[in-house]
Amino acid sequence: MELFRIKRDIPFMRNALIFNVISALTFVAAVFFLITKPLHFSVEFTGGTSMEVSYSKPADLEKIRTTIKNLGFQEGQVVPFGKAEDVVIRLPLPKTKQGEVALTEKELNAKITLQNEKVFAGLKAVDADVKLQRTALVGSQVGEELAHDGLMALLFVVIGVMAYLAIRFEWKYAVSAIIANLHDVVIILGFFAFFEWEFDLAVLAAVLAVLGYSVNESVVIFDRIRENFLKMRKASVTEVIDNAITSTISRTVITHGSTQMMVLSMLLFGGPTLHGFAIALTIGILFGIYSSVFVAAAIAMWLGVKREDLLKPVKEKDETDGAVV
Amino acid sequence: MNRYPLWKYIVILIALALGALYTAPNFYPDSPALQISSAKATIKVEKAMIEQVERVLKEANTSTTGVSFDHNGVQGSIRVRFSNTDLQFKAKTALENGLNADPSKPIYTVSFNQLPNTPAWMQTVRALPMYLGLDLRGGAHFLLKVDTSAVLNKHLSSLQSNVRSTLKDKEIRHAGISRDAESVTVKFRDAEMLKKAKELIGRQMNDVAFAEPAAAPAVDQELSIKMTIKPDALKTLLNDGVKQNISVLSKRVNELGIAEPIIQQQGADRIVVQLPGVLDVAEAKKTIGRTATLQVRLVDQSIVGKTQLDTPVPFGSEMFTVGQSAPEILYKEPIVTGDSITSASAGFDENQNPAVNIELNSDGGRKMGEATRANLGKRMAFVLFERGEGELLQVATIQGLFSNKFRTTGMRDTQAANELSLLLRAGALAAPMEIIEERTIGAQLGAENINKGMHSVMYGFAAIAVFMIVYYMIFGFFSVFALAVNLLLLVGVLSLMQATLTLPGMAAIALALGMAIDANVLINERIREELRAGNTPQHAILQGFDRAWATILDSNVTTFIVGLALLVFGSGPVKAFAIVHCLGILTSIFSAVFVSRGVVNLWYGRKKKLSAISIGQIWKPAD
Repeated sequence: MELFRIKRDIPFMRNALIFNVISALTFVAAVFFLITKPLHFSVEFTGGTSMEVSYSKPADLEKIRTTIKNLGFQEGQVVPFGKAEDVVIRLPLPKTKQGEVALTEKELNAKITLQNEKVFAGLKAVDADVKLQRTALVGSQVGEELAHDGLMALLFVVIGVMAYLAIRFEWKYAVSAIIANLHDVVIILGFFAFFEWEFDLAVLAAVLAVLGYSVNESVVIFDRIRENFLKMRKASVTEVIDNAITSTISRTVITHGSTQMMVLSMLLFGGPTLHGFAIALTIGILFGIYSSVFVAAAIAMWLGVKREDLLKPVKEKDETDGAVV
Repeated sequence: MNRYPLWKYIVILIALALGALYTAPNFYPDSPALQISSAKATIKVEKAMIEQVERVLKEANTSTTGVSFDHNGVQGSIRVRFSNTDLQFKAKTALENGLNADPSKPIYTVSFNQLPNTPAWMQTVRALPMYLGLDLRGGAHFLLKVDTSAVLNKHLSSLQSNVRSTLKDKEIRHAGISRDAESVTVKFRDAEMLKKAKELIGRQMNDVAFAEPAAAPAVDQELSIKMTIKPDALKTLLNDGVKQNISVLSKRVNELGIAEPIIQQQGADRIVVQLPGVLDVAEAKKTIGRTATLQVRLVDQSIVGKTQLDTPVPFGSEMFTVGQSAPEILYKEPIVTGDSITSASAGFDENQNPAVNIELNSDGGRKMGEATRANLGKRMAFVLFERGEGELLQVATIQGLFSNKFRTTGMRDTQAANELSLLLRAGALAAPMEIIEERTIGAQLGAENINKGMHSVMYGFAAIAVFMIVYYMIFGFFSVFALAVNLLLLVGVLSLMQATLTLPGMAAIALALGMAIDANVLINERIREELRAGNTPQHAILQGFDRAWATILDSNVTTFIVGLALLVFGSGPVKAFAIVHCLGILTSIFSAVFVSRGVVNLWYGRKKKLSAISIGQIWKPAD
């Protein structure tokens, strides 16, 4: 079986401008959603409590919502979790009202413990059938640290990958690969903002994994560009890039297809805990193909990659070996 | 040309054998077991106890399939395996009655446990199954934080009393010593006294730093020195607090009789406690948060001769039956309590014998001074109370007059001295902690998560395998073989490292496989390309592997950088993901390049006149 029967190189770069406009628009849209609808962070980041309860029959969400409201938690969220029988209840950290003295961390932590116990007792009073599956109580400081560590990890990845590519190829490639792939990251975040999906630690891991994965994609194409610069002495830069993309396109699609099969399997069988992780990866893989092929290579072209950049100059031997005056 | 030297095949075979050996324990079912641990601070479960356990079981006519000793953090425990649950139940009763003199006040706890049923020879080479994370087996997770300000406050208060007594000893007059949240300030009436005091304190107390006055001294500025704790000293203080709390916690957790608890320091002032299988969070929290108190009491002097268990207890005294040199009858009235102790540390006396140095605050020092003056040559005891029950930590003869600083000797070795100082501190100086994160996962949910993770990997693998074989034929089969080797090695390495398997970890295994196939796709596509360009099959294989190698390396390095970032900055589930991710990259380079080349060479390498290889259809553009 062979999926790709390409006779001539596909002139990807001729249409580079169109693709770049498309990605710029998606990017702007993603940023717009991120600004207008802030990301829906899980309690791991914000601090607060989350509680998963399960009933033997499908849960009555409205009833649970009123119960939570009646207990005095106006900001409590009640959402189904995977199955109809399972429900997740999330409560934010208690807020300080104006004029009140801000709570210390210790008081705050004591308060969320109490709050969680109160909610479960309340649910049990309404329907004794309820079973506690999972709880998570996260203090305010822990959340802040996680957010900080997440950003640090992102920074580390960006610097590390750029440094590696700059050494292995050239700075123009490093810049274009990182722009292309950060663009993927922003688009994933945009999706999460738009659909109000929960952004938890697993999603963060997925986002960073996607960053590495799609850089890897760009690297494959760049590798081919370098090889072509050596092989196709007479070809123009555009032709070299077009050929590089065309000759790797079948590998690109098959690899991503295989990875996507695995991710799809997680999406189908992994249950609600892996759902966000798998969704983030799916979006990342799809946009990863697009951005490596159309964005990274195109930016590299705009930045003016040349044959000379990658062919290391042969060092001229110093004629005056030894002491000179 | 596509031949591997013999040693490369040997390397592959060894890797496969090791992978299989270390992966296998994960598939053995668990067998019922009992865990014996100590419920008392002064009594330790040691290896020598195995004999006693075996004797008790023999008397009760219960056969075991193995008795082993294990270290559980600082606490030891003995684990006994049984072939069925009937024997397990029978043995539990037998052990509870046989090991404890009074079963209503147990010294040893016996709790149900499950142990992997791996053969003994596997256990000797440390081929053990992976630990399952809480999300896969259910249980409770706590993140505790040591209250830094309370630790500092306690230390400043002892500094304050120390300064007071030091100045008094040297007859340096001052105009009052005060303390705030971060420092101790001493006021003076004249500059000469100030200078003397500064010299003295600088010489005697090395963890103290003098803070410079904030503003230039005004005309009517009072004469004072302000002291703070040096940052280094504060760090050590906090670290000691955390270490000590960890040892106290492991003792408490041991009492709960939990299999494989995890108690670890995290960061400067945090402790992670993971209790698999615990669902009663309230009970667990109560046990963890319990405080112990310490008392120093005099031994009742009206008792003549050695105290026996049946010695009548005089009025105003009580008998302690647990601990060192028990039984002993002590007066009920304590000389000092743990609140007065400001430090207890292991060290040596002038004869280089192990000792514990104890410091009291000024109030405690005064009381101790009075007590020693009246009871020279008599004996006193340190008693640790927990849940209303006292344990004797040490009984010592008072050999001289002392007040706020003294030393107790008679320990076997330095380890015993360390333990005593730790227990003294446990009853006096425990750094207050609070729970800043708490998670519980039901056992049923955990079991479901295991299935979900397994299914994800299984079906994903199957889908990739079918596709690869259909698309690349024999070469696809080689790729799938390499992928299976990758999975085997990855699980083997994780088991060898005794990593904790979590759901994110399983997701990382799945993703690692999904990404590892990339290397084989790269190679196969390259070989096809070479064939398309008109190369001979043997040459195409050689070129395909060689050319793909640079690309595989580059792309894996970038993914590896991501893994490292997650490893360094991630915590909890992200870290679990990162470890598997990084290891997966390493095993995939080995299996996708080295192993798959080996298989290809074995299959095609010998054929000199190879006219075609099975790598799917090669379509050549018709010119």
